[in-house]
Amino acid sequence: MKLGKLTLGIAIGLLAALGPAWAQQSRLDVVKNRGRLVCGVNAVLPGFGFLDQKTGKYTGFDVEFCRAVAAALFGDPDKVDYVPLDARVRFQAVQNGEVDVAFRNTTVTANRDGALGVDFLPVTFYDGQGVMVKKGRANSLRELQDATFCTTQGTTNEKNITDYIRAQRWRNAKVLTFEDGAKVMNAFLQGRCDAFTADKSQLVGYRATAPRPEELVILKETISKEPLAGFVRENDSRWRDALSWIVYATIQAEEYGITQKNLDQFLKSEVPEIRRFLGLEGTLGQDLGLPRDFVVRVIRAVGNYGEIYDRFFGAKSPFYIPRTGTLNALQRFGGLMYSPPFR
Amino acid sequence: MPRAKDLLLQAVVLGLVAWGLLSLLAEARSRMAAQGIPFSFAFLSQEAGFSLSEGLTYAPGEGLRPFFPSDTYLQALLAGFLNTLKVALLGIFLATFLGLLVAAGRLSANPLARALAAGYVEVIRNTPLLLQLFVWYFAVLLKLPSWENALSWGGVLLSQRGLVLPQVGLGGGVLGLALGLFAGFFLRKRPLWALGALFLGVFLGWVLWGPPLVFAPPQKEAFGPRGGLLLSPEFAALLFGLVVYTAAFIAEVFRGAILAVPRGQWEAAYALGLEGRDAFRLIVLPQAVRIAVPPLANQYLNLAKNTSLGVAVGYPDLFSVYGTVANQSGRSLEAILLVMAVYLTLSLGISAAVNTYNRRVALRWRL
Repeated sequence: MKLGKLTLGIAIGLLAALGPAWAQQSRLDVVKNRGRLVCGVNAVLPGFGFLDQKTGKYTGFDVEFCRAVAAALFGDPDKVDYVPLDARVRFQAVQNGEVDVAFRNTTVTANRDGALGVDFLPVTFYDGQGVMVKKGRANSLRELQDATFCTTQGTTNEKNITDYIRAQRWRNAKVLTFEDGAKVMNAFLQGRCDAFTADKSQLVGYRATAPRPEELVILKETISKEPLAGFVRENDSRWRDALSWIVYATIQAEEYGITQKNLDQFLKSEVPEIRRFLGLEGTLGQDLGLPRDFVVRVIRAVGNYGEIYDRFFGAKSPFYIPRTGTLNALQRFGGLMYSPPFR
Repeated sequence: MPRAKDLLLQAVVLGLVAWGLLSLLAEARSRMAAQGIPFSFAFLSQEAGFSLSEGLTYAPGEGLRPFFPSDTYLQALLAGFLNTLKVALLGIFLATFLGLLVAAGRLSANPLARALAAGYVEVIRNTPLLLQLFVWYFAVLLKLPSWENALSWGGVLLSQRGLVLPQVGLGGGVLGLALGLFAGFFLRKRPLWALGALFLGVFLGWVLWGPPLVFAPPQKEAFGPRGGLLLSPEFAALLFGLVVYTAAFIAEVFRGAILAVPRGQWEAAYALGLEGRDAFRLIVLPQAVRIAVPPLANQYLNLAKNTSLGVAVGYPDLFSVYGTVANQSGRSLEAILLVMAVYLTLSLGISAAVNTYNRRVALRWRL
């Protein structure tokens, strides 16, 4: 009898929880009311998203976009709670609303957009998959037809290398996968596998953290295209619009030549399109559900796209990835970085 | 009639709970559908497109064979399940054996053996299994010589790429071996004659048809072995980790069980004139086993479920394959339901096996 009452209690509790329909509101309002952004990032990829053991802070190219969003919404780039996501759980975390947005070196693909219940933001980095080996092991991919390739589980890299091996009809090649890049790197350095395959930018990041980076070689071949972008839950246009234009703002700022340093001079500009862009005129910000001066806040906090890039992948950073002549250059310099107009 | 009222209430409560769970599931489905993710198991028959570092799967018409990227998601999950099963069964067997040894050590009269066994149990029991797996994999097995410097004894290669054994095949002379065994079986009452018959069979077979067993040693190539039987370091790390960890608990189960047999049983055995060894084997052990079996079942279940940590050391067990399938197909809810059902079946299977044994050894009370 006692047990019966307990079960009855549980059943009633369950019904009460089910009762009120969850109100459907845009994530934009949820985040604004909360006053903080919950951002999914990588914690183990130097250069993109990395939890610095000394300072206890997240740093990296992807992390800057979380900061840009917090700056745009709250005027404070530090109002972010970071959630480290490994490759396997990142889409679920966004689907379930555990994080508001993920900037986590994620490739846009048709399958993910269509089948995973997420929508992608504009591309922030054009990458391609490469292969890293120890010096002297191989000079080109062709020599690796019997090799063991290590990579991260649940990534496009895992599928690409499998596709590549199948296309080349390599019978003895093997693919070994681990949960995260740090473990892949560990196994690779110890000699468990002959090659580490991942996006080239990641390989650069991992190589820089190796005890002797000069002994690792990234082969020239690129076996796939990997456009990386942030992503949000599907069917929330207001939230996605707001985030997309925050990303575009960093690119547009670079096109105009607006930087963290010269922002104040631009705020005195009389050119109508600059005044509109910076929110001195018009209602672009309000229309997107953002503060009027969101662009100014973003640039003040993180700078324009070029500045963000240089901080993490510039010549002075340990993860130097040349930008000139690559897809990541501005469109007018032959790249693919281009913002639709702010008007 | 209070009894009927009780039953009615129970039925109502049960109905409410079932209704609650079903509506939760329906809610999840409709929410997923709203996000453009229909709930369906149809993806299981799609091509997987990823590879597994090891594992066999079933293909209609081909039987058990290695998994290929052109196989389906279902075949990938099956390969993961077989990998899990391999570790779980081998692990249960080895952990029981090691646990018995350690329990013997803890109860030994020799103070060194006692201290060693106690130290082992305390250290292993009080550190996380995940940590131990990392130690086994990254700090022990990957510290073996590199493939270029692989240790080699008579066709066996040991390196951080794993242990490669020569493949053993049946040769023509196996007929002689079979005949020898057959004859030996009939002569089993006379061991010397039986042995003679066995040798004669093998010898005749060898002369007539060639060696009974053929060893095909692996070829050492630049990037890995060709041929041979490979035990991967990922498999070994998970197996060692689980066996060493679970054996510490099993040892305590055995020790407790042996100590739980009343002192009077020993004394009674001695009074009957049994020596120490026989007293243990014939009187104490059968009673100790009776006490040990139920808690032992718990340890077996733990070991079977802990195989899901394989993903940490790169071993493609069921849970690891699930991760890949969920990520590549986007069907995480369907896949996790399937995987939970499989783990449940595995656990219930182990429980059933142990319970059957338990019923056989349990005391039957006669009035």
